[in-house]
Amino acid sequence: MKQAQAATTLIALKGIHKSYNLGLPSQTEVLHGIDLQVARGEFVALMGPSGSGKSTLLNILGLLEPMTTGSYQLQGEEMRGLDDAGLTLRRRQTLGFVFQFHHLLPAFTALENVTLPAMMIHGQVSAQQLQHARDLLADVGLAGAEHKRPAELSGGMQQRVAIARAVVLNPPLVLADEPTGNLDQAASSDVFALLRRLHAERGISFLVVTHDAHLAARCDRLLELVDGKLHSDTVTVN
Amino acid sequence: MGKRLGFEWLVALRFLREGRMQTLLIIVGVAAGVAVVAYISALIGGLQASTLTKTLGAQGHITLRSPQDVVQSARLAEPGVMALTETQPRAQRLRSVVNWQLLLPVLEAMPEISDVSPMVSGSGLALRGEAQQSIALLGVELDRYDRIVGLRSKVVAGVARLAPGEGIVGRELADDLGVRVGDRFSLQTGAVTESVRVTALVDLGVRDLNRRTVIVPLRAAQNLLGLPGGVTNLDIKLHDVWTAQKLAEDLRARYPYKVESWQENNAQLVSALNAQSVSTGIIRSVVMIVVVLGIASVLVVSVVQKGREIGILRAMGTTRAQILRVFLLQGAVVGVLGSALGILIAVGLIAAFTYFVKGADGQPLFNITLPWDTGLKVALLASVCGVLAAIAPARRAAAMDPAQAIRL
Repeated sequence: MKQAQAATTLIALKGIHKSYNLGLPSQTEVLHGIDLQVARGEFVALMGPSGSGKSTLLNILGLLEPMTTGSYQLQGEEMRGLDDAGLTLRRRQTLGFVFQFHHLLPAFTALENVTLPAMMIHGQVSAQQLQHARDLLADVGLAGAEHKRPAELSGGMQQRVAIARAVVLNPPLVLADEPTGNLDQAASSDVFALLRRLHAERGISFLVVTHDAHLAARCDRLLELVDGKLHSDTVTVN
Repeated sequence: MGKRLGFEWLVALRFLREGRMQTLLIIVGVAAGVAVVAYISALIGGLQASTLTKTLGAQGHITLRSPQDVVQSARLAEPGVMALTETQPRAQRLRSVVNWQLLLPVLEAMPEISDVSPMVSGSGLALRGEAQQSIALLGVELDRYDRIVGLRSKVVAGVARLAPGEGIVGRELADDLGVRVGDRFSLQTGAVTESVRVTALVDLGVRDLNRRTVIVPLRAAQNLLGLPGGVTNLDIKLHDVWTAQKLAEDLRARYPYKVESWQENNAQLVSALNAQSVSTGIIRSVVMIVVVLGIASVLVVSVVQKGREIGILRAMGTTRAQILRVFLLQGAVVGVLGSALGILIAVGLIAAFTYFVKGADGQPLFNITLPWDTGLKVALLASVCGVLAAIAPARRAAAMDPAQAIRL
């Protein structure tokens, strides 16, 4: 029973504390003991007012920042104590990122941005990987825009490229930090619909930070963070 | 390697292309540095080679003479006793190198030595009509002497030939005596006078030498200078002129002769050449340091500018080592492209120097070329400098905290 639970648990956080400026008079604790479990295939929204610690929690989940104390198990493996190489490898194998400002590499075309993760691992892109990236761009509605630079695309299109890049290697988990925060309402709705579709089709888990209550309501589960504590954890009914 | 570093190459080249004005400027900067280093190397190399050729064109690399006559103290002083003596130095007379006929083949068999020429040299007077000139009389075997100083190549009139009763004279001396090829003049040394017919006029490259040089057959000089069967010195030519000092020391230790290298005979010239080499080395070092600092400063700025992109790449799973290599490759690319361009500029500068800077005779002052190995060494050095310059920025980029970099 416990083994079956472990197999379905993607993220398990226990007593996560995060402080900045440790040991200095300006020491500030941002997260005060977060306990959280996310199962494989869940689509989770993370909400909270500014300064509640959402981005910090997302960075810890994304292995971009270390926690001060606590335990973080990703796919059953403890992340605490891993060195930089270990964390980089887990990020590469397990995680995809979507940022608020898309953060595409401006010197690369849309297609190159999507093939970068494969290039990074193998040193080259096979014909199969290239075709897969093309299909993925077409799937997110960007057929014909493969060779355009990010600057030549609209905000919504840029975010679609960023989403394609995040899911191209089929990671078990995608972390999205306000992916619609920089888009108008129509584009936001489209991008969110795209995330939901990729989730449904590929079984990828999503943890999405958002300020938009309407979009959050379209997620399977809603987490609310207030003052560095998990204030509520609600399963939504769609 | 291409496959292994495919990602790093791609990112490095795109980063360079993205900041193309910055990239172009630093490549031009590296090229300017490489051009200066390569051009100065070629210029000083050409100048030194020309100076050496001119200097060594009229003398052997090593000269072996009979030791000087010295007055020996009648009795050695007792240990602990200081003997105050006053000795009048002896007047030197012409002396032959003892057993030079036996020594000649021994010297010729040495691997460092290419040629040996026996010579009788002394002073005398050249007389023609009312003209009377003090001269340096050289008695030589023409073929051997030609191999030492390339005499035949210095002939400006006539044909170099030294049969009995014939002589070769310096161009200015011929003017002073009023002789041309085929004319006769008299040589007088002490009580001996001989008539000589001029077969050739030579330009030894130094006007003063041209004004006093008379070259006659070895036997004629032996007769004139009262040294029957003897030679005053053996001129030695080496395969490598820079081994002269060491070989001279070896010969001094081995034989009881006075042996002098060309460096000892031209101490001021050697000092000047050394000073020139040191100065060139300093200039080259400073230029290369400027090149390194230039590349490093541009890459440091690039690391700051690309901070967010580095953060994104790190978040995607790019390792620190890959980021490090991206920036090292940028340094290498800038170094290699700058070097290639710099060598081309240097070749252009050399061509311009050869074309525009000419002597009074309308010929280039001296031969200046950029040897391919010098060009390759300078280019390699600049490329290595490019990589070295990139180390600090690359380490900084690799050490960036991805979360912080993305927030930039």
